[in-house]
Amino acid sequence: MKGNRFWAWVTFAVGIAYFIVPLVATFEFSLRMRRGEYSFDAYRSVLGDPNFHATFLYSVVVAIFTILLGVLLVVPTAYWIRLKLPRLRPVVEFITLLPLVIPAIVIVFGYIRTFGSNSTLPFLATARGTDALLVIGYATLALPYMYRAVDTGLRTIDVRTLTEAAQILGAGWTTIIARIILPNVLIAVLSGAFLTFAIVIGEFTMASLLNRPAFGPYLQNIGANRAYEPSALAIISFAITWACMSVIQILSRFAPKSANRPN
Amino acid sequence: MADTFLSIQNLRKAFGLTTVVQDFDLEVRTGEFVSFLGPSGCGKTTVLRMVAGFEQPTAGKIVIGGQDVTSLKPNQRNIGMVFQAYALFPNLTVAQNIAFGLKVAGVAKAESDRRVAEMLSIIKLAEFGDRYPYQLSGGQQQRVALARALAPKPKLLLLDEPLSALDAKVRLSLREEIRSIQKTLGITTIFVTHDQEEALSMSDRIAVMYNGKAEQVGTPFEIYNHPATRFVANFVGTLNVLEGTVADPARGIVRIDAGEVTVKGALNGSKAGETVSLALRPEAISLGKHPGRDSSLGGQIADVSFLGSVIRVRVGLGKNFVSLDTFNSPASPPPSVGDNADISFSSSDLLVLH
Repeated sequence: MKGNRFWAWVTFAVGIAYFIVPLVATFEFSLRMRRGEYSFDAYRSVLGDPNFHATFLYSVVVAIFTILLGVLLVVPTAYWIRLKLPRLRPVVEFITLLPLVIPAIVIVFGYIRTFGSNSTLPFLATARGTDALLVIGYATLALPYMYRAVDTGLRTIDVRTLTEAAQILGAGWTTIIARIILPNVLIAVLSGAFLTFAIVIGEFTMASLLNRPAFGPYLQNIGANRAYEPSALAIISFAITWACMSVIQILSRFAPKSANRPN
Repeated sequence: MADTFLSIQNLRKAFGLTTVVQDFDLEVRTGEFVSFLGPSGCGKTTVLRMVAGFEQPTAGKIVIGGQDVTSLKPNQRNIGMVFQAYALFPNLTVAQNIAFGLKVAGVAKAESDRRVAEMLSIIKLAEFGDRYPYQLSGGQQQRVALARALAPKPKLLLLDEPLSALDAKVRLSLREEIRSIQKTLGITTIFVTHDQEEALSMSDRIAVMYNGKAEQVGTPFEIYNHPATRFVANFVGTLNVLEGTVADPARGIVRIDAGEVTVKGALNGSKAGETVSLALRPEAISLGKHPGRDSSLGGQIADVSFLGSVIRVRVGLGKNFVSLDTFNSPASPPPSVGDNADISFSSSDLLVLH
């Protein structure tokens, strides 16, 4: 038993080192901008750069629109599949997993060919159109996470009986989704939303190939041309992602308690 | 039927090749409490769901208050329904749950608040308006579900096994409460249950269902004492079945191992020598010969179970066995296994099972 415990601790330590050492090394390197002493100069440089503000703000706005599109697309779909078409669930789950299999570069080249300025739907003819296409692309990339989060949320409530109870009280579909279903899966939706946010903030391929001023291409540009700032940006990006994950954990504590399964 | 409020006509429901409800007809009067009683899979819930509008009938018609509602959606029927699994909205408080139907109907806030307070008082949960469903017991949740169903003043109340998920004590008190509220409000009610005691104690009439059909519709007294079919006789209450052969069909004489009995009325359609099943309720049988009981059979005590105030005795009559209950009396000890004993009963209590 003691031997088992020793190897368990060794495995744990190796795992922790695998994740922590590069992070510590990056952080340490980001502090070395001033010769001979540690300082936050790299962070000051990054945070003072107007391009940082512009690209970060752009990505935040795109992330918000992506989350809205994702919620509007996924919540009614997952609800309808659970309620009326449970046999189609494996098919829909497979479709939602496709973005993990098909690389973003394939999707974006498909978009460029399909929605170019000469096509019947010329999204790429204007900047706003390209922004819309970027949002649609990001919603696709986030689909596996958003769908799974919402579907898991729906699994915790008796969708069919709650729907029927609302229907017999006179409610229509919009009322049922807005007042009964969505509030009960809100925490799951927020989990999906923060995962989407984390994906969109750092995404490079789509934004770069669609030539949009997003945070991902900015990170790449800084990485290619500066020494210490990329490390500072990596740490900042890590902090944003980590904060998103923490918010999901905190929110899950406020999930509505089911009458049949009190938490 | 005069004053019919709900009329179910030739209702049929098939899922693919399986027919789950067939030739179902029922007329329910205004203010009547009718139970659908039957085993699992007999189609009782399917009929209820068709009345609610959750299932579309394959054939037939449903008329509520003179209006054909067969093709209407559930939210257009003005029906209240209580579900087995409570189905309270977890994100809303008790008061908000009760007010849900009123809000959907566009009732003004003041009127809605007044109605919610009234409903909370009816279900005796006036102090619980601000609680969430998970903070209530099962019985309290089901009372809230009843209040929510009744708040918008529906034309018809449907109860889909509302007591099944509750423990025995709560079930007993809640069934009295439901019946009392139903009588006070005078609302026409359909109650689905597989529990015969619930159906017998609560209903004005019972529709006993089997294999998608109504085997018999009648008052609890009729269903229990004059079951129309073998299924009804077996399903409702405890029954002793005696197998015999017809000796004289014209005079209604049937030979059983232990002797002969006479059935009231002739055994029309039967021939001498045919086998026939006769049924007797335990409470219709007495141990020993009693004046006023015109039939008796001799047998042997097979088993005696002491249950406190009641002693259950099993008597062997040749190949047949009957169970009967006698009251415990400290003055007379119970019979012993192996004793010879006579049982007596009135021939009018003998049921011929078809």
